[in-house]
Amino acid sequence: MYSKETIERFRNPKNTGEIPNADAVGEVGNMKCGDVMKIYLKVEKNKIKDIKFQTYGCMAAIASSDMLCELAKGKTLDEALNIKFSDITKGLGELPQIKIHCSVLGTHALKKAIENYKSNN
Amino acid sequence: MAAAKIARDAQMNKTIYLDNGSTTKVAPEVTKSMIPYFEEEYGNASTIHAKGVNAKQALENSRKIIAKSINALPEEIIFTSGGTESNNFALKGTAFENKEKRHIITTKIEHSSVLNTCKWLESQGFEVTYLSVDKDGFIDLNELKKSIKEKTILFSVIHANNEIGTIQNLEEIGKICKQKKIYFHIDACQSYTKVPIDVKKQNLDLVSLNAHKIHGPKGVGALYIKKATKISSWQHGGSHESHLRAGTENVSAIVGFAKAVQITNSSHIKKMTELRDKLISEVLKIPGTRLNGPQGDKRLCSNTDFSFNAIEGEAIVGFLDEAGIAASTGSACAEKNLDPSHVLKAIGLSHEQANGSLRLTLSRFTTEQEICYAIQTLPEIVKKLRQFSPFGRELKNVL
Ligand SMILES: Cc1ncc(COP(=O)(O)O)c(C=O)c1O
Ligand SMILES: [Zn+2]
Repeated sequence: MYSKETIERFRNPKNTGEIPNADAVGEVGNMKCGDVMKIYLKVEKNKIKDIKFQTYGCMAAIASSDMLCELAKGKTLDEALNIKFSDITKGLGELPQIKIHCSVLGTHALKKAIENYKSNN
Repeated sequence: MAAAKIARDAQMNKTIYLDNGSTTKVAPEVTKSMIPYFEEEYGNASTIHAKGVNAKQALENSRKIIAKSINALPEEIIFTSGGTESNNFALKGTAFENKEKRHIITTKIEHSSVLNTCKWLESQGFEVTYLSVDKDGFIDLNELKKSIKEKTILFSVIHANNEIGTIQNLEEIGKICKQKKIYFHIDACQSYTKVPIDVKKQNLDLVSLNAHKIHGPKGVGALYIKKATKISSWQHGGSHESHLRAGTENVSAIVGFAKAVQITNSSHIKKMTELRDKLISEVLKIPGTRLNGPQGDKRLCSNTDFSFNAIEGEAIVGFLDEAGIAASTGSACAEKNLDPSHVLKAIGLSHEQANGSLRLTLSRFTTEQEICYAIQTLPEIVKKLRQFSPFGRELKNVL
């Protein structure tokens, strides 16, 4: 059901965990299946210096969170806001249709984290 | 150590199959028994030449074996394409043959082949009552009594539940149905050969059986229909199966089904029960874990089902798969409709608890080493997923 890329990322996510003194946090939940995703940001000179995630959810949710972190790392906040859901699925080598709802979570959580950062700084 | 060897085997792509509630490996004796009916005795059991007669003989011999296993008469056994068809046939067949009555009773923890048939019957103007169950999945006999009306046709219940292993009390239910003069149907796909079924002692009118949960082939099953039951045929065509179920009989599969029944014995049940209880007691040592369904002899010998706080079931299954263990879950993310298991909800689990469920189901081929390996592997996976989880920290405070 899942692509090789998704499975590999699910098995070995590189960006899990908390950032203890994060500059911003964004958390969203999915009303449909109950998945929850939390994104931690460390920002320096308007750039995402570090990003980590915690996800409660299925393989697709975990893999897409990790993909998102990889895409966002090093980008400016505005660039990161432009990461689209399709960039994530492209990186994962396509997701089953039924799993799309789990992976849109990532971009929402990131957006929320960046908004939180902007409103605090 | 033995567990270390299993770990190596798992790495070498040898699956530790703990998803026997979904389907089972075909036993070698079963495969062997079927081959002659593909290669030599391939006749149509309705024909009158020697090959047809031989096929017919094998068919009727198989019918006797299945009948005897539940204390029924051979002519009360109709072969079908499996559990789904048997359930459809039992419910739709009795509903339409008794349609002046229009009321059916079932439960909230049925297999989809019963639930969706009932939903369809509702769309056809029948009224269906879905009985609740308690926290372990048992129906309330008083609620059953109260829900039976003048116009009730039948009560249908899953004998041993496919998700949580709850075994209903057939004898008590049978007495009620007999007294109130309604038909009593059980879906025995999970319990067959593992829990005693005696159609006379338990007052059963209809029993759905299938082969692929007991090391037989897929796509074959049977429906026991007590003599004189008012039921209309559902699949029309030739005069096969006493005019009740048309279609050339799948003789090789039916022979395999009967073989699968013949080779079961009580030592398998004893072994599975021991391994099940070992697995349950070890897995419950993982903090934040609960067992879904009852403990002890009211639980199917092959079934375990757990919920883990703060993590999601599909992800657990994914990591187990990587470790070479085949398992299943009732999580919303694993279901096409994005709803967690209706059975887990019916026993009172929250959305999160149902989402964090893991079902590990055994067979007589399951070994102690395999269970040891699962017991070693699972805590690490749970720990890892909790580290990913935004709820993991909250959990730490609770524990
Ligand atoms: C309790 C129960 N009923 C019915 C079925 C359906 O049987 P089949 O797969 O033979 O159609 C199954 C298994 O899938 C089951 O576990
Ligand atoms: Zn999901």
